[in-house]
Amino acid sequence: MAITLSDHAVPRPPLSARLSTPQAWGILLLAPYTLVFLAFVVYPIGYGLWLARHPESYVALYNDPIFARAAVNTLIFLVIGINIKMLVALFLSGFFVQQRAWIRWLSVLFILPWAVPSIPTILSVRFMLNPEWGVINHLIFQFTADDGPNWLNDPTVALTMAIAVHIWKSLPFWTLILMTGRLAISNDLFEAAAVDGASFWQKFRYITWPSMRTLYVTCTLLSMIWTLGDFNSVYLLTGGGPADLTHVLSTLGIRYLRLDQLNLAMASIVCALPLVLPLVYFMMKRLSR
Amino acid sequence: MKLPTLREIGTEAKLLLIGIPVLIWTLVPIYHMFLFAISPKEDAFSGKLWPDHPTLHNFEIVFRQQHYFLRDFWVQFGNSTVIAIATGALTLFIATSAAFSISRLRAPGGRAVMNLALFTYFIPAAFLAVPMYRTMGNYGLLNSHWSLILAMVTIASPYAIWVLKQASDKLPVELDEAATMDGATTLQLFRLVYVPLMMPSLVAVGTYAILLAWNEYLYAFLLLSKDTDITLPVALGNFLAADDSPWELLMTTGFIYALPPAAIYYAFKRYMVGGLTAGAVKS
Repeated sequence: MAITLSDHAVPRPPLSARLSTPQAWGILLLAPYTLVFLAFVVYPIGYGLWLARHPESYVALYNDPIFARAAVNTLIFLVIGINIKMLVALFLSGFFVQQRAWIRWLSVLFILPWAVPSIPTILSVRFMLNPEWGVINHLIFQFTADDGPNWLNDPTVALTMAIAVHIWKSLPFWTLILMTGRLAISNDLFEAAAVDGASFWQKFRYITWPSMRTLYVTCTLLSMIWTLGDFNSVYLLTGGGPADLTHVLSTLGIRYLRLDQLNLAMASIVCALPLVLPLVYFMMKRLSR
Repeated sequence: MKLPTLREIGTEAKLLLIGIPVLIWTLVPIYHMFLFAISPKEDAFSGKLWPDHPTLHNFEIVFRQQHYFLRDFWVQFGNSTVIAIATGALTLFIATSAAFSISRLRAPGGRAVMNLALFTYFIPAAFLAVPMYRTMGNYGLLNSHWSLILAMVTIASPYAIWVLKQASDKLPVELDEAATMDGATTLQLFRLVYVPLMMPSLVAVGTYAILLAWNEYLYAFLLLSKDTDITLPVALGNFLAADDSPWELLMTTGFIYALPPAAIYYAFKRYMVGGLTAGAVKS
């Protein structure tokens, strides 16, 4: 009693006494991740930003035509590639929720691209596109007696193929996610709509889309952030070539790193931040609720 | 038995019209890889859709390391395995501790740590790779397996913490209260109540981290360089260094390398799908 009355008069007890045992444990158990975060996220980012502090780096980047090309390629990859992928995923999610035994089997196979590592399959596609020995040009020769094109030697075709490889790899994942969204919609709604004689398109427009819109937008943004970091699809298929015309920002950063131009590598990443940070902020607000 | 109506046949045909292209699109690159693995070199390079003489000879060459590009195959296979398992174990330890602390003990600062982890989750991995490479150099870890393990743990743990925290939030508080009433210490609560109840999520997170590390190319290729240190995907990429690469052996090695993760994925699919969807669906 006396203690409570003169509470503010006595000096505060030491920290260890003020924390209850569970709280002390709580702080101790947070320590491993906090250490990893400080050593391998905070330090590299701080160090990287420090390396990217010189204005000359940005002038050099601005004068490097490969950088401008890579920035455009990245935008094409994100704006066209991702939107096509998500639209197809939205469509296929409607296909895979159909109740058929063969569709269930197909969905098991459909996951394969997501389940297997990307490196061997990208290399497999790379050889299919080989102008001399690839299976595609062999087939073209058999049917038309003409030599097929040198696929990866044309920057537009090469970038398109890199996007196709990216879509091949990640389409199953997004289809799966959108399927769970579709399955969450109550079947009563569709039955009521059927009774009212709603068409296929009306059902999609007035039932499916309104309940999937938020999920669809979240998935698209998340896919955009992740695709910014998609190094493999471009690097292993085209290597950034021909003539460094198919680089995206992620492969360009590594290219500068390999050329020992670390300041340029970091500056090119800093240039992408105005695009990345709003997306990250938006996603964090979404997920931390 | 009732005969299908014309309308039903029409629906089925439309579904098949979608299903068959999807099947072809999905299987072509994988079939092509498999085809190379069972073809002698002449057959593989002549664009045949099925080899005249299917053979397992390529597998024998890979397993016996009878080619210049394959002389360290088993060492590299071992490197991939060790790094994947170490990443899985460390990620599980770090993420489980953090999630227990944030969700069950409501540690001061827990929410802030959760947000920092989420922030890390959204940094594109290829962007972090550049400064990470220099950081590992500064720490003197380059060319050591620890550099790749720690980098993979850094990338895997944010999502792991997030998934585990979502799952732990669903456990009733009364459990902890009852255990504490019975005199359980915090550690006992963790070991005897929390971990057993979280098992399905722990399996999902461990598998996720193992697959992430096994599949990683970019970080492995930056952080490791010696032929006896690198992992299998880097070794596969190194095949491209020569103009006359033995593609049939490359595809065979790739096929062997792709089998374990595919098997693990299908074995744990039940957990994986649950865990993965939790990651993206919450909107």
